[in-house]
Amino acid sequence: MKIRGLLGALCLGVALLAPVQASDRAASLYQLKESLQSQDGEPMGLDTWRGQPVLVTMFYGSCPATCPLIIDTLRAVEKKVDEPRRKQLRVLLVSLDHERDTPAALRKLADERRIDTARWTLAHADEASVRRIAAALSIQYRKLPNGEFSHSTIISVLDPAGKILVQSAELGHADPEVLKALNSP
Amino acid sequence: MNRKLALFGILAVACALTAHAAKLGAPASAPPSVTIAGGQFESVLPPAPNVKTTKVAPFRLDVVPVSNADFAEFVLKRPEWRRDRVAGLFADEGYLRHWASATDPGAAIAKQPVTQVSWFAASAYCEARGARLPRWYEWEFAAAASDKKPDARQDPDWRQQILDWYSKSARGALPVVGSTPANYFGVRDLHGVVWEWVEDAGSMLVSDDSREQGDPNRNRFCGTGALSFEQKENYAMMMRIAMLSSMKASYSSSSMGFRCATDTGKAP
Repeated sequence: MKIRGLLGALCLGVALLAPVQASDRAASLYQLKESLQSQDGEPMGLDTWRGQPVLVTMFYGSCPATCPLIIDTLRAVEKKVDEPRRKQLRVLLVSLDHERDTPAALRKLADERRIDTARWTLAHADEASVRRIAAALSIQYRKLPNGEFSHSTIISVLDPAGKILVQSAELGHADPEVLKALNSP
Repeated sequence: MNRKLALFGILAVACALTAHAAKLGAPASAPPSVTIAGGQFESVLPPAPNVKTTKVAPFRLDVVPVSNADFAEFVLKRPEWRRDRVAGLFADEGYLRHWASATDPGAAIAKQPVTQVSWFAASAYCEARGARLPRWYEWEFAAAASDKKPDARQDPDWRQQILDWYSKSARGALPVVGSTPANYFGVRDLHGVVWEWVEDAGSMLVSDDSREQGDPNRNRFCGTGALSFEQKENYAMMMRIAMLSSMKASYSSSSMGFRCATDTGKAP
């Protein structure tokens, strides 16, 4: 009985402490200060859409199959987000291929895929920034000898402060967990 | 066995001293490092399917891992990396938890390799020195050496010695940095002390191609599948890779430390 009481007190203590610790150490992606360039060559940071909900992932432009699928998946999510939040939602795609995905190449890709760059950004980052951004998003990637990239496809949902709410590895359709995070009040 | 080890030790120290004298051109303040010429290398983690070897370019590698005292100096200069100030994105709750205070590891562990550091923190430390973390292939290349051969991986005695070190390292306090014999290149503590972060720790699991697979939801890798190992008898290296691939970049572990590397021609 005494032990149970003590345990209860301890749990309560932990429960009281936990939120404080979490807020002190809140992991916002925007803690990462990287210099990126948009598809139009404009300098930008990861926090370019601060204040709005953001979907963020990484890709590379010359990817033959899966990366087009990433774009389709992001579009599928976008379609299922309720207004007025859909108007708020922004999409950030950071390229893993710092050599070939120049801003000009990204602009071309955006045009080819009819991407609305008022709401979506295709971003270029240098090698070290790519490594840190991928690490922060838990995206594994590896450059292959033929110049292509192997990479995991993790789409992260950021809240307006850059906190990662949900990460999804599902492709081809809108992950209900992602939609829940975006549509919840 | 003990006598053999002692002899190893003496030989290794002699080798290391020669290596230092010959190879150290770095400024006095930089920690000792050696140049490793690199070359074609067969890794346990091949670069791609049907590609057996990879080319390791010349690089410089620190002789020993970074110690708690070294890391404390860094934390004093860069307070944003103190355990009580570090951004949550860059380090988990375990970050430097074993230190006496936010800036002082305590005398007892000052000379031991620093552990409980995230990949972000290890990268920042090396960058602050104008260096970087070694890449996996560099690390593996350096760690393939015994005291006598640059690549002793086919040598059964050497393999056994490594496995003995690994089974020993799980017990007791960490040794001070530099306490294992120097290898052929003059590098110490690559085996049997701590796991070590590498620059491309986020690249470990992906090595081959799965774009042909029909359903991309079956695995979470674009353009790839799970890792494919060569040299399956090389347990020690596979354990390393398994450890690295299980760690997120913000994670810390009481057995994970690091050392720094540089490209050749650059002062470390």
